[in-house]
Amino acid sequence: MLLIDCPYCGERPEPEFVHGGQAHVTRPARPAEVSDEVWADYLYLRANTRGVHAERWRHTHGCGRFFNALRDTTTDQFLATYKVGEAPPAPAAAQARP
Amino acid sequence: MQPFSGMSLLKRGLSGQRGWTAQWRHPEPRHAYDVIIVGGGGHGLGAAYYLASEHRVGSIAVLEKGWIGGGNTGRNTTIIRSNYLFPESAALYDHALRMWESLAQALNYNVMFSPRGVLMLAHTVHDAQVFQRHVHANRAAGVDNEWLTAHEAQRFCPLLKISDIRYPVLGAALQRRGGTARHDAVAWGYARAADALGVDIIENCEVTGIRLDGAGAVEGVDTTRGPIRAARIGVAAAGHTSVIMKMAGVALPLESYPLQALVSEPVKPVFPCVVMSNTIHAYISQSDKGELVIGAGTDAYTSYTQRGGLHITSHALEAICELFPMFRRLRMLRAWGGIVDVTPDRSPIIARTPVPGLYVNCGWGTGGFKATPGSAHVFAWTIAHDAPHALNAPFTLERFRDGDLIDEAAAAAVAH
Repeated sequence: MLLIDCPYCGERPEPEFVHGGQAHVTRPARPAEVSDEVWADYLYLRANTRGVHAERWRHTHGCGRFFNALRDTTTDQFLATYKVGEAPPAPAAAQARP
Repeated sequence: MQPFSGMSLLKRGLSGQRGWTAQWRHPEPRHAYDVIIVGGGGHGLGAAYYLASEHRVGSIAVLEKGWIGGGNTGRNTTIIRSNYLFPESAALYDHALRMWESLAQALNYNVMFSPRGVLMLAHTVHDAQVFQRHVHANRAAGVDNEWLTAHEAQRFCPLLKISDIRYPVLGAALQRRGGTARHDAVAWGYARAADALGVDIIENCEVTGIRLDGAGAVEGVDTTRGPIRAARIGVAAAGHTSVIMKMAGVALPLESYPLQALVSEPVKPVFPCVVMSNTIHAYISQSDKGELVIGAGTDAYTSYTQRGGLHITSHALEAICELFPMFRRLRMLRAWGGIVDVTPDRSPIIARTPVPGLYVNCGWGTGGFKATPGSAHVFAWTIAHDAPHALNAPFTLERFRDGDLIDEAAAAAVAH
């Protein structure tokens, strides 16, 4: 079970959270004007990173808010959590965090 | 290859089991092959076997980064069934099921296929309606599946508790031809048969790059045991398919999740069939060793760690204890995880890719073991003909762009 550091509430156990998929996926501003390839990529293509991955979590059984996290998918270790709208911290800087 | 027969077993048995030879060679990789299969699980080894036995494509190698059958082939709960909702899926999985029925004879290797029946429990009115729709769709497609009342389900599986529980059993769908097989034997049987036809099975050989020529077609791979040339490469790397395909610049609509399973201490034969419950999420059968083999759900997040959270397995055990109260005193012996590659529509991709000479067989998600022979068979066809077999023609990469999804996820409530 993961211990997740909600930026609003602090560290809480994983069952309080819902995973929200890859972070920073941007919806095309005008879907009708993009090609089928671009639209399919937006809908279905995800990085599936082996390594440091930016993802969304929602603290459903807590503050209820979405936030983002950097997690290493080869160890499941969280490197950082940060609020929606903020840029992801550089992995090196995040790793230096205790 | 020394063929197995009643006589050969008796003869070796009476002479202290001496004289058996290795079941496959451990060759050094050559500098070039006609076809390379990346991934030495059941799907990859099987594809190599069918390429060698049915298509005669020249020299073939299977590259495996660890040991054969050490990934999801050795980690799943071995459930075999074909009662999928959509005609495309039912045809593909039933092709596999028909091959299971004679696989031991075809490979001269006992894969211990046991069609003991797969019972899928309905706990809600919605479940009951969906399963009855499945039964009708399957029967129309020529796939056996029948609806049982709760009491009939209990007669089929006497240990099952159907009432006085949080989610009473309202009925069940039963596929009698479904069952289990011995997972390791599937990898070993395909490896032995492929090796006998000249396929090089190369373990401890991780692919680190895919080389493309000036025209953008594949010309070989880089591995931890040196570069190997090949004009055709088939990738069947399960949870690591994204990583391998990225080496050739091909992005796939896959996400890799941990999926956990566990086994109990071994007990005398007590459980006659396979029982699955999608609603309270658990599935169970008894192995021939006597262990109860129990499957849990996927963890919530993508990962490559081959492990997951304890709360996921606990949740599955709570469901098992509710349905089978006599198992409450059993101790669990081992738990483990595998990394499953999941597509958005929960159907596999068995297809050519935009890179000439590169083929992919992936996206089996939480239920690939049951499809092993059929998947391997049509994948071999696809590589040999540079075109899909009729059965895997719908399972393209382009279906996501074109909206031709085979949406078993939403419509079929597929478990594993």
